[in-house]
Amino acid sequence: MQAYHALVRSRVAAQASYRASFGIELGTQVLLVLIEFVEVYVVFHQVDSLGGFDFAEVAVMYGLSAVGFGMADMVVGHVDRLPFYVRTGTFDAFLLRPLSALGQLVTSDFSLRRLGRIGSGVVVLVIALAAADIDWTPARALLVLVTPVAGGIIFGAVFVATCTIGFHVVEGMEFANALTYGGNYLSSFPFTIFGTFIRRFFTFVVPAAFVAYLPTLALLGRSDPAGLPTWLSWSALPVSLLAAAAAWWIWRLGLRHYVGAGS
Amino acid sequence: MSVIAVGPAAAIAGAGYRRWATYRQAAIAGVFVNTVFGVIKLSILLGIADSAGGTVAGYDAASLSTYAWVSQGLIAVVMIFIWTELSDRVRTGDIAVDLARPVDLQLSWLAADIGRAAWAMLSRAVVPIVFGAIFFGFHWPTDPTAIVLLPVSILLAVCVSFACRFMVNLTAFWLTEVRGLVLLYVLVSGVLGGHLVPVQLFPDWLQAAAYVTPFPAMIQFPINLVTGQATGLRAVAEVAAQVAWAAGLLLLGRLVLSRATRKLVVQGG
Repeated sequence: MQAYHALVRSRVAAQASYRASFGIELGTQVLLVLIEFVEVYVVFHQVDSLGGFDFAEVAVMYGLSAVGFGMADMVVGHVDRLPFYVRTGTFDAFLLRPLSALGQLVTSDFSLRRLGRIGSGVVVLVIALAAADIDWTPARALLVLVTPVAGGIIFGAVFVATCTIGFHVVEGMEFANALTYGGNYLSSFPFTIFGTFIRRFFTFVVPAAFVAYLPTLALLGRSDPAGLPTWLSWSALPVSLLAAAAAWWIWRLGLRHYVGAGS
Repeated sequence: MSVIAVGPAAAIAGAGYRRWATYRQAAIAGVFVNTVFGVIKLSILLGIADSAGGTVAGYDAASLSTYAWVSQGLIAVVMIFIWTELSDRVRTGDIAVDLARPVDLQLSWLAADIGRAAWAMLSRAVVPIVFGAIFFGFHWPTDPTAIVLLPVSILLAVCVSFACRFMVNLTAFWLTEVRGLVLLYVLVSGVLGGHLVPVQLFPDWLQAAAYVTPFPAMIQFPINLVTGQATGLRAVAEVAAQVAWAAGLLLLGRLVLSRATRKLVVQGG
């Protein structure tokens, strides 16, 4: 654990030493969330509700998803560089060191600039929560705090599980974007607008529904029009832990498949 | 600097085509991702149309589907995502080799980019559009003017996009790290160009802001010819605007390049 701590600290120190460059990247990440939010704004310029949810309610989903995804991207987003390490043969070095390969891959970077994305996500979320019609209870307050963490774990699991594509094929990493960035895009909107297949896939296979849509239902005290039981709306955290376990298993599977670059 | 001749330009475009055609697996992955995003984007748009009572800003379900799939298909053709090949060469100093070549730097890169776009048209654009047409419905263009202008409009969109990317990449002569700027450019051009939602759905002030930028000429205008949002004189006017943007931005790019090369100091060795 101490070794990982030292690794992460050195990555952070390296980024903070180029101040101007870091400042620009941080600012860009702040704008990123706000520019993408234009899409939600344009939607509600045209209509008053999308899939049965109003502007503030969809903004809550957008904010929850942005914060969860931002945290996952900061801590583990760079695992998508795995194919590069595999292709260049440098992944072999990971296996020689007395630390877990996944641990080293995760601590190979720590994208501090993503704090910008998380920050503007939090701003959107707080404003949206204030504007939405929520009957606050201690349980709901706790849910608001837990959900972004669960979302971060879910997206982190998706990042890790999909990066293992790099163990199997050389040039297919872009497939992962459909589930990582695609998952973020989709989880920012109410699931009521999606078709049955997409809704089920992104609930039970890739649990993106638990990042924002289902917790938002719990916050609003509404039930899922598609008939999912209410207790599922409160289950983001346990589901995220299940997702993390599944990702770990998929990682082990990929690692066992890895035979080295022959160097 | 010599102006590029037709022969070399065609050869460079051919090389650009072949270079990208080598990566089949990457193309398949790209098509898959573009298609998944297309489904999500279309679900949102149909959700709007549903709440609005069937049509929104002149789009019905079929033309929204057309918009979604053509815009997804054009992503790789017009290259609206991150492109840093040129700035990478500036940063590493390889640009000095490019400048020493007996061809015009900007036009040879443009030729290579058109070759790349031709490959993207055949590989990356076809699948999402066919997939969308089969599963979600499609509005085939009927206006003869629009049909005739469509290939020209796509070519011009590639030129406008290239001219913009060329200049954004050239900022590497002044800034060492352009990653943040390139990402910002991709986001702003994508939103204002109408890649996420059609420009016609924007509130008036945002539409006005979008139309003073070249970005709709990269994305929205060619799509308008397919969805039927631009027919007859409107189609001609939008393509004329594309010509003006392409010419103006390419000329501006040459000016920026000449300023940049005056600043260039190459390490000997």
